[in-house]
Amino acid sequence: MMKSCAGLGSVWLASCLPEIIAAQEHAHRTAQSGAPSGFEFFAPGDAAEVEAMAAQIIPTDDTPGAREARVIYFIDRALATFAAQERAAFVEGLKQLQKKTRKLFGKAKRFSDLSAEQQITVLKMIETSQFFELVRTMTILGMFSNPEYGGNYNKIGWKLIGFEDQFFFQAPFGSYDRDYKG
Amino acid sequence: MTNERPHFAANAEIDFVIVGAGAAGGVIAKELSSAGFRVVVLEQGPYMKEPDFEHDELKYMRQQAITNDYKRQPNTFRKTEKEKAKEQPAIIYGRMVGGSTVHFTGNYWRFHEIDFVERTRLGAIAGTGFADWPITYSELEPYYTKAEWELGVSGLAGASPFDPPRSKPYPVPPLPIKSSGVLAERGASKLGWHAFPAPMAIISQPYRGRNGCLHCGFCEYFGCEVAAKSSTLATVIREAEKTGLCEIRPNSYVQKIEVNKAGLVTGVTYFDGNRQVHFQSAKAVVICANGAETPRLLLLSKTSLFPHGLANSSGKVGKYLMFNGHAQASAVFEHTLNEFKSVAVSRVIHDFYDSDPKRGFYGGGGMDLRFVSYPMGFALRGLPPDAPKWGREYKAMLREHYTRTVHANGHTTSLPVETNNISLDPDVKDAWGLPAVRVTYKDHDEDMKTMQFFQERCKELLQAAGARKQWFRPLRGQSFGFHLLGTCRMGEEANKSVVDKYHRAHDVPNLFICDGSSFVTSGRGQPTLTIQALAYRASDHIIRMAKSGEIKSAV
Repeated sequence: MMKSCAGLGSVWLASCLPEIIAAQEHAHRTAQSGAPSGFEFFAPGDAAEVEAMAAQIIPTDDTPGAREARVIYFIDRALATFAAQERAAFVEGLKQLQKKTRKLFGKAKRFSDLSAEQQITVLKMIETSQFFELVRTMTILGMFSNPEYGGNYNKIGWKLIGFEDQFFFQAPFGSYDRDYKG
Repeated sequence: MTNERPHFAANAEIDFVIVGAGAAGGVIAKELSSAGFRVVVLEQGPYMKEPDFEHDELKYMRQQAITNDYKRQPNTFRKTEKEKAKEQPAIIYGRMVGGSTVHFTGNYWRFHEIDFVERTRLGAIAGTGFADWPITYSELEPYYTKAEWELGVSGLAGASPFDPPRSKPYPVPPLPIKSSGVLAERGASKLGWHAFPAPMAIISQPYRGRNGCLHCGFCEYFGCEVAAKSSTLATVIREAEKTGLCEIRPNSYVQKIEVNKAGLVTGVTYFDGNRQVHFQSAKAVVICANGAETPRLLLLSKTSLFPHGLANSSGKVGKYLMFNGHAQASAVFEHTLNEFKSVAVSRVIHDFYDSDPKRGFYGGGGMDLRFVSYPMGFALRGLPPDAPKWGREYKAMLREHYTRTVHANGHTTSLPVETNNISLDPDVKDAWGLPAVRVTYKDHDEDMKTMQFFQERCKELLQAAGARKQWFRPLRGQSFGFHLLGTCRMGEEANKSVVDKYHRAHDVPNLFICDGSSFVTSGRGQPTLTIQALAYRASDHIIRMAKSGEIKSAV
């Protein structure tokens, strides 16, 4: 059986390590070439569907979300490289998503065309599926991994949670040690 | 750089082969080569250095970038010997020059006096191999001191009322307190407990030519880019190479310890990085491959003379595996802690270190507050179990919790149980065609009770520290170990243990074994300093025996 990102953990990532390294090198090259240069795996329509899902998983509100963090480019590159084994799951999952969308909201609709409320309704119906967990995992990786992998644009993910990647910090580190008297 | 490292010709006469360049192997390599012996260290993993390390969670997530690789080195696991083991990750260790000291957190408590004599003090415990050590704390004390000074340990002598006697203070002062440390102190003092500065194998200021910690926060699971973490890679291995008498040979995967008809070790057979098989002869062999790989290698080395595995006339090779117990409760606080900065732990609590018969069960441990959580891992599974998994509220919680969360941890005893062990899997093979590590493990009832006891203390501590909201996950029996202890235990009696008090195999006079496998009991959850104190002590005795001609050699 193909290992799936859905149960993603250390082991799955470990098994992907050589591919992750390749993806990193690939990402470096892409990063040097400036703005995202289109998709390597997704057809543009499919990218819009996945991006719409990601944007409900980590939505845009008073702060930027998965969309602004360019998570979709991370996912695309992941599927083009170290997560290539998940391509079939994406293709199948998107079919199911579109089926649910049409059933609920009419034949002409695509998931990404729906209102936010409608999208949430659809996602609530599939939130326990493997596909949803896969997209959730990939969204999180894209939001919070090093920007060189294509997502976490402008460190949007890290800024959201208050994480800083620095080689040097000085005490005090937090609020409780600020006035420490010993 | 590479060319400057010592390299012996294929036909050179070698005194010692050491298997494994980790916590113990690094120390012994330095000691033996400094005493004038020619040493080859065979390490299965690569030789990485500071420039190779980086802040990259995706790559290093859960440390697998520099640890055993389940794809090539599968494990199998079962709870009891009646079951058929299933393939799943069951152990983890650093697979590189420096071993687990490269990616560890660096908690460096000494064992206390009681750890060595618990059987005498507390009596037998049914269904276990609970025993005293063949050495006492006072015999090991000079070697604890030596380890702290040779390797570089930060701490404050006398700060804990429970600390065992020491002959010298720490070589460098403690690292700065973090918010988690302040909260540990706050909670502890309300409860009448004592929080003291954590002894850490991370230097707080320059020491012996290395830089002090820059508090980047990438300790656990990562290699230190500035060599402030006192790994054997950053310390003794470098010094061993400087003697010109120690060759570190990375990417060398040992498959068998070879013996002659007289039952003496002649050397080891290993695969190089291209899977070519080599034989390295030596006058004596020291195995420091960790509590899983050491017994596995002995079991793989069976011959007609040693039908149950090398050095295994007692049948104890691989037995009495101990993981240490772990208990945890979590909390979110009103203000930011920013635990992603600096080292993991700045205060430790030892009020429940000793076993207390009044509790009704054996066991004890230490406690700390920490939150080692990198952004991806946090977003995947760092929120409370009842938190939403996606959407607006999920995002709001990520934002609120990351800088405000902390875990209280209990690090506890594991009893030595013979049916908890490392053996060779009969079916599953590694990528080199050798039988995989099979782990059989079920926490003893008293260990579960100890973990439960500590989880309650963790909750109390967080409450007393002023937690805004608390949560915990129900305790479950462990099926995964990173402290790999007890599987070639030390002892006076050759039918009950694998090595003697000098780490010499009872059955093979020129074979030594020193790592976590030597432990008789588990201690309280931070084994590495004790592994290294044992390694310094073993080195002294190996040198003594080698110089006096007491080590018979086949070469």
